[in-house]
Amino acid sequence: MLMYEWLQKDDELRADKAQTAGYPFGFMDDGAKKEIRRSILKAVAIPGYQAPYGSREMPIARGWGTGGIQITLSIVKPDDILKVIDQGCDGSVNAVNIKKFVAMVAGVTITTDTTAATIIQTRHRIPEERMTDQQILVLQVPYPEALREVEPSEIETRRMHAEADYSRMWLYLYEDIVNYGEITISYRYPVTVNGRYITDPSPIPRWDVPKLHMSETLFLFGAGREKRIYAIPPHTTVAPLEFEDHKFRTENFSGKACTRCGATDTYLDEVIDNAGVGRSYFCSDSGYCDKRRKTWNR
Amino acid sequence: MEPLIRIRNLSKRFGDGCIRCLESTGPQHDTNLCSCCGSVMACNNVSFDLFHNEALGVVGESGSGKSTLVRLLHFEWEASGGCVELHQSAWPCNLPGIFTGGSDYSCNLLGLSHFQKRQLRNALMGIVYQNPHIGLRMHVSSGGNIAERLLGAGWRHIGRMRHRSSELLEKTEIPVARMDEPPCNFSGGMQQRVQIAKALSNNPLILFLDEVTTGLDLSVQARALDLIRNLRSEFNLSMLVVSHDLGVINLLCQRTMVMKSGHVVESGLTDQILQDPQHRYTQLLVASQL
Amino acid sequence: MGYVAVKGGNEAIEKACQLFAYERTKGQSPPLGIDQIREQLYLAIDRVMGEGSLYAPDLAALAIKQSAGDTFEASFMLRAFRATQQRLGYSLPVSTEKMRVVRRISSAFKDIPGGQILGATSDYTLRLLDFDLLKNDEARRCAFREKVFSNLPTDAEIPSAFPKVISILRREGLLADTIEAAHKESRLSDITRQPLAFPASRSASLQALARGETGGMLALAYSSMRGYGNIHPTLGELRIGYLPLTMPHPVTGKPYVVGEVKVTEAEVLARMQGSDGVPRFSLGYGLCFGQNELKAISMAMLDRCTRTEKPSSPVEDQEFVLYHIDGIEAMGFCNHWKLPHYVDFLSDLDRLRKAQNLARTRNLSENADADV
Repeated sequence: MLMYEWLQKDDELRADKAQTAGYPFGFMDDGAKKEIRRSILKAVAIPGYQAPYGSREMPIARGWGTGGIQITLSIVKPDDILKVIDQGCDGSVNAVNIKKFVAMVAGVTITTDTTAATIIQTRHRIPEERMTDQQILVLQVPYPEALREVEPSEIETRRMHAEADYSRMWLYLYEDIVNYGEITISYRYPVTVNGRYITDPSPIPRWDVPKLHMSETLFLFGAGREKRIYAIPPHTTVAPLEFEDHKFRTENFSGKACTRCGATDTYLDEVIDNAGVGRSYFCSDSGYCDKRRKTWNR
Repeated sequence: MEPLIRIRNLSKRFGDGCIRCLESTGPQHDTNLCSCCGSVMACNNVSFDLFHNEALGVVGESGSGKSTLVRLLHFEWEASGGCVELHQSAWPCNLPGIFTGGSDYSCNLLGLSHFQKRQLRNALMGIVYQNPHIGLRMHVSSGGNIAERLLGAGWRHIGRMRHRSSELLEKTEIPVARMDEPPCNFSGGMQQRVQIAKALSNNPLILFLDEVTTGLDLSVQARALDLIRNLRSEFNLSMLVVSHDLGVINLLCQRTMVMKSGHVVESGLTDQILQDPQHRYTQLLVASQL
Repeated sequence: MGYVAVKGGNEAIEKACQLFAYERTKGQSPPLGIDQIREQLYLAIDRVMGEGSLYAPDLAALAIKQSAGDTFEASFMLRAFRATQQRLGYSLPVSTEKMRVVRRISSAFKDIPGGQILGATSDYTLRLLDFDLLKNDEARRCAFREKVFSNLPTDAEIPSAFPKVISILRREGLLADTIEAAHKESRLSDITRQPLAFPASRSASLQALARGETGGMLALAYSSMRGYGNIHPTLGELRIGYLPLTMPHPVTGKPYVVGEVKVTEAEVLARMQGSDGVPRFSLGYGLCFGQNELKAISMAMLDRCTRTEKPSSPVEDQEFVLYHIDGIEAMGFCNHWKLPHYVDFLSDLDRLRKAQNLARTRNLSENADADV
């Protein structure tokens, strides 16, 4: 299908949906959606670069995923299948709220199955099951600026990115090793994208960082309150900042397994029991855990 | 022998400027402030050469323009005019070349982008300021201060960086055991030596010293100057030594320039200038100090 | 198990929303009427309209009712509603000299052309609780209303327009010229369409301040008044009243007055060196919807502070001020900390445990060395 044919088919589908929902399709007006798509294209063309955009007001509060929502609403089509997770869980507060809203204004089907979704919006985790080139992952970002730890001023951090002046970030990591023997950054671990920009992968745990490297999937990052969009296109190198003699390491779950499904190769949530004494572990990716249980029980 | 770096007509003006600025400032008027528009001609058409492995002194009172000169050559401030050219042999081999045609000298470095200037500065230059608070991050470890320059140059091995830092701390007579302490805990003299170690970390060709011993105790000064002299011969450095103290200049520099109100009024061999000053101002300076 | 572990989240949220509405409606008292809120809590309406950035008194009343008096939530609702409304056009610029004044004072001069009009203000009231208000005595209310307007001099002349105090200062060359930057903007910024970039244009900066949260702006302005900065302000003029809203006719282009909007305007004078060496007063400007004097004065202070050439405190840093005064953004982010962060926290725990282990082995080996 040619691009203009695809766009035309799109408009017809959306017009239908718009009449039933009582809102413009996707809640935002066409102008807003087009602007956000242009910003997304710019972000994809410059991997890891934070593209500023006119972030719109949403009925969901700032800080609660408005950036991710705006991206999802700008790219969603009525025949898309949407999965929304928060901390890896489909049933979490934030995820449920967002799902309801998007389903209401775009009429999409909702799923909890990673492999069935065409768009996945996520807060602070990447699903365990490897995503394909037919899927897009939209990540919610509270702090788009990886250098904020060493520099509070936006004017200065934009200059640092423009001039690839990153020695202060590296110095921060050096001092960590001097003081603690290790780099202490846990989530929001800074990565170099496409060998050029230092980027904040959003508060995903270290466990998920390797999934960004040379992936088949498009990763889109939306920061609504800070008004920035950035992207990691498929087949892009993503390297966590590390030293030759202090390499990047993910979290350690050796000796632990998920109580529900027995997995030993997923990111595990640690839960303290009601007595405040014992510890149990559960897969953070609840959809994946459910699937495993079904096959386990068979 | 060809100079390492050629500076021609270097100028720096603070303020909007007017047509009267040039003619109403300078040593003959005893001011660098334009009476017409209020602009300050901090540096006015300064030209000189710096050769390999030589120490060039810049002496003058405050307001003479000597510190401004250092800031301009260190790419901290934008020049209002002039040309700075580097000899081909000094160009860092890991940076893309910028030499046109068959010339032995680069294009005007002042026209490079911020990014290029920073790369060049990192590879080629080191600086030690009078106030260590400007040259150091007081709450980062001393080793970290030195490592920052290495990190900027692309070093990514902690062990090797720490090894280099301890080498430099030894050379500057700072106990290596204090490598992980921040300089805010050190004495003034020690802070200066950390600055020197930091400045030398990338094996620069040119070292700028801006009033580095001013404000230190005399005994500490002597030790610092001794150190600088030894390091210069060991590292084959070219140095630009800025000071108002003729004693310091005499100790360190073979050649000297005298500046007043933004102009160079006299230059030549240090010995000759001190023994037989020609310009009226130089005579005054020598007479008052020695 | 809580609401997060695996399933049941949907139901829990719905019940929480219902409970919130229930809290407001469970009592015996009759439901609040929108007209009651609009008429008797008019200052809350004014504040919410300003922070929500939408001049719609009835909707503001509804938002205040629905949010049970939480002005942050109410302002948020107005903003969200605003985002769904179609943009019909832009009003034409209007000089505030055309204001239908209800209150107008100046601290810079004892008396000013047109006079000091105190208007309706709580400034001089004694802050003593009036227990008579506990009773809803309709007869008393009527009698009070009659008394207020009885025995008034009938020959008092009220001017139809009041000249600006600052124009007097300007005429005498005591005020720095209008900021050139404002004239240089060929197209005004629209901060609802483009994100703030720094240094921000004058129009972007004023828009951001006009929709800022009153408390946040007051705190920052207060820090400057107390000395974190060098402004030394005087209130040149404060005026409150109704400005005509003029739109160009969609076909003929002729200007039509379509209504009026109540605003508060504050102009603050501060000292500054003029560029030609002659010292003059500089101006800080504040304008917001409704009657909100604290916000207008704070806005004027912040406008002036953020234009300081050499910032010496956070309140003089334009980026610091404009990023942190938006109530909707601040509240959203503050509230977001209540969202689950257990994956992030576990990651942190992992780091901490590792670092602790390293520290312990280091201590052990140091002690071992010491013993040797």
